[in-house]
Amino acid sequence: MNEIIGYIFIVVGLAFDIFGCIGLLRLPDVYNRLQATTKCVTLGTSSILLGTIVIKGLAATSIKAFLCIIFLVLTSPVAAHALSRGAHISGVKLWGKSVCDKYAEDKKSKNREE
Amino acid sequence: MKSKIILFIIGFIIWMLLGWPPNLQHALAGIFAAGFVAALTGDMFTRRPHRFINPSRYLWFGYYVFLFLWECLKANIDVALRVVNPKLPINPGIVKVKTTLKSDTALTFLANSITLTPGTFCIDIKPESGILYIHWINVESDDLDKATKLIVDKFEKVLKRVFE
Amino acid sequence: MIKFKYLRWCLGLFGISAILLFITLYPIPSLLMWQSPVLARCFFILALCFAFCLLRIMLGPTPADRAVAVDTLGILIVGFCAILSIPTGRDWYIDIAIAWALQSFIGALALAKYLEGRGFDE
Repeated sequence: MNEIIGYIFIVVGLAFDIFGCIGLLRLPDVYNRLQATTKCVTLGTSSILLGTIVIKGLAATSIKAFLCIIFLVLTSPVAAHALSRGAHISGVKLWGKSVCDKYAEDKKSKNREE
Repeated sequence: MKSKIILFIIGFIIWMLLGWPPNLQHALAGIFAAGFVAALTGDMFTRRPHRFINPSRYLWFGYYVFLFLWECLKANIDVALRVVNPKLPINPGIVKVKTTLKSDTALTFLANSITLTPGTFCIDIKPESGILYIHWINVESDDLDKATKLIVDKFEKVLKRVFE
Repeated sequence: MIKFKYLRWCLGLFGISAILLFITLYPIPSLLMWQSPVLARCFFILALCFAFCLLRIMLGPTPADRAVAVDTLGILIVGFCAILSIPTGRDWYIDIAIAWALQSFIGALALAKYLEGRGFDE
């Protein structure tokens, strides 16, 4: 019974992983790609680790997997945040049909004051 | 000094969990390692250590975890539906929102939870003026107050009780 | 132009579902088959995700796209190690997963710093 619940968790996680990777291929610019991957891949991998915990039961492996989930959820948004900030500073433009870009406007006005 | 003791306790607990079947030799090595780290970097860990004692903060933190998991699940289903749709219904842009939180930990948790909730993604923070720049996959309004009400409000109330 | 977009979408849907059906139905001769036929297929689905990330690294028009794909690949490998620990019954694969998550995070921060155009010693 435990094994079947664990396999269900693993298959759901794999489905989210595939959606994230299709988003990495389909969406038009860096920021939209980061939206898709950092949400879907983080929850998908956490779900795979949760399936491992359910299958193994209470053992040393499941405690380590739980620590790995906490670490992943804390660090993956921080890495995505740093990458997007670096991309904006290095001069990657937004997609052509985007609505507004307040960040670039603020940076330009700050440069003019100086 | 209190900050060093708190860091020592947290580091020792994580050390014991990572090598789970506990024995005496492992615990001795853990005391040395956690003590070394706490003596070197303990002062940077927290500025107001009395906040770790208050029990109601832990209850609010549990409520925050459940709220966060529910929003995260909604975000994933939203992104998956957008990605497989043949019309690709996105309308992206970068908007500006304002927050009243002050401490560094609260701002970090706010940015992380904004990143993992439906359609929004934090790009930059200015901590002195409390302004966040957010990439929104489907912009509903580029006005500052309206965007603040739509994005930040649901987490801000809970995080104010946990970390401030 | 719009017709071409829908044609491309249909082609992609057909290709991905054909690959998934092939993975699920074809009898895979695998070393891990003796314990569970489900997990032996999970590896190949994850390999499809790896292939998408590698394609983005190859195609990506700017360096930022490649950095994002490398970060995603690092998180996927953590899941790969977690699945690998179930049929083999070896606990130390989870240790590899934790260490890989750590080094992937630090690598992503270094790539972000390179994108900002600053030196590593600032």
